[in-house]
Amino acid sequence: MHKISKNKGQKITISIPEGSPAHDHSHTDSTGRVIELGKDIMQFNDVGAARNRGYFDARKLMAINLVSSPGSGKTSLLEKTLHDLKDKIRFYVIEGDQQTLNDANRIDALNIPVVQVNTGTLCHLESDMVYEAVKSLDPEPESVLMIENVGNLVCPAKFNLGEDFRVVIISTTEGDDKPIKYPDMFDTSQVCIINKIDLLPYVPFDVEKAKDYARQVNPHLEFFEVSATTGEGMEQWYQWLTSKMK
Amino acid sequence: MHELSIAMGIVELAEKEAEKAGSNTIEAIELEIGTLSGVELEALEFAWPVAVKGTALELAKKIVHQPQGKARCTRCGLEYPIENLFDSCPECNCYLKDILQGKELRIKSITIPD
Repeated sequence: MHKISKNKGQKITISIPEGSPAHDHSHTDSTGRVIELGKDIMQFNDVGAARNRGYFDARKLMAINLVSSPGSGKTSLLEKTLHDLKDKIRFYVIEGDQQTLNDANRIDALNIPVVQVNTGTLCHLESDMVYEAVKSLDPEPESVLMIENVGNLVCPAKFNLGEDFRVVIISTTEGDDKPIKYPDMFDTSQVCIINKIDLLPYVPFDVEKAKDYARQVNPHLEFFEVSATTGEGMEQWYQWLTSKMK
Repeated sequence: MHELSIAMGIVELAEKEAEKAGSNTIEAIELEIGTLSGVELEALEFAWPVAVKGTALELAKKIVHQPQGKARCTRCGLEYPIENLFDSCPECNCYLKDILQGKELRIKSITIPD
């Protein structure tokens, strides 16, 4: 198992392809020279995401970015998936957490290659961290890379990692209005997994209401209702996962 | 708070562009941060002094434009203002829409000494 600690002061330098050339012109009302840029601020991350995507495609690696609030059962869902499919699919895992090796140790116990990325004070994974992590995993072709993002339903939404699919997980112990409270994450995901459905008899969570809210944000979302604990509903998720492999 | 990362991204990009133009100081920077961009202006303000300290932007005047959310209904074609990504068309109630404006997260310009 490897560990990569991210120090924000040591960013990887990436040469950025030029878009439209910036044109210079003088403004009479300013003492300085105004340079019109119109450049996307997120390019510090998105260029790396594009590079990751190229790496994934070249290795026929399907990359999935798992995002959720803390406590939705993201790691349990991942463990269950790996346990049930590891004889059929070759998996690699990147674990993102602010601190500790706990999650990576849980994956390591399944004999799946895993890298823990500790983001320190940072509340999300960025594309360059994934690049370093995936290089150290050196994955075999035609496998699946599961990237478990930092538990946070806000910040990871803005950071494309080059993944093929973003999967947002909510659980029945949360509010069913999560999708409209944190719309950006649902807007940028392709799949929504509703976890802990075994607890539905004991909680006020309304599955249809949650799906309606999520569809209001993103009408294209695909849903799976599962319990990672009992295994209920996991088969449909497995079928989807298998069908999307490169 | 991802705004610190974003502020550092602004610094990196602005410094590179200033350097290309032969300057290591920036007098002013103009940003476009749409209301649907997922960036909180208050959080960005909070992160800004930390991110720019000791950089070309340390003394720069910051001007922020905030394009308001605008969408076009994919069913009836109506263009309407939106505050949230989950707002529906006021004419036909449809949630399917193309976002026309509000997701901007751009450096519009920088000003360097003449």
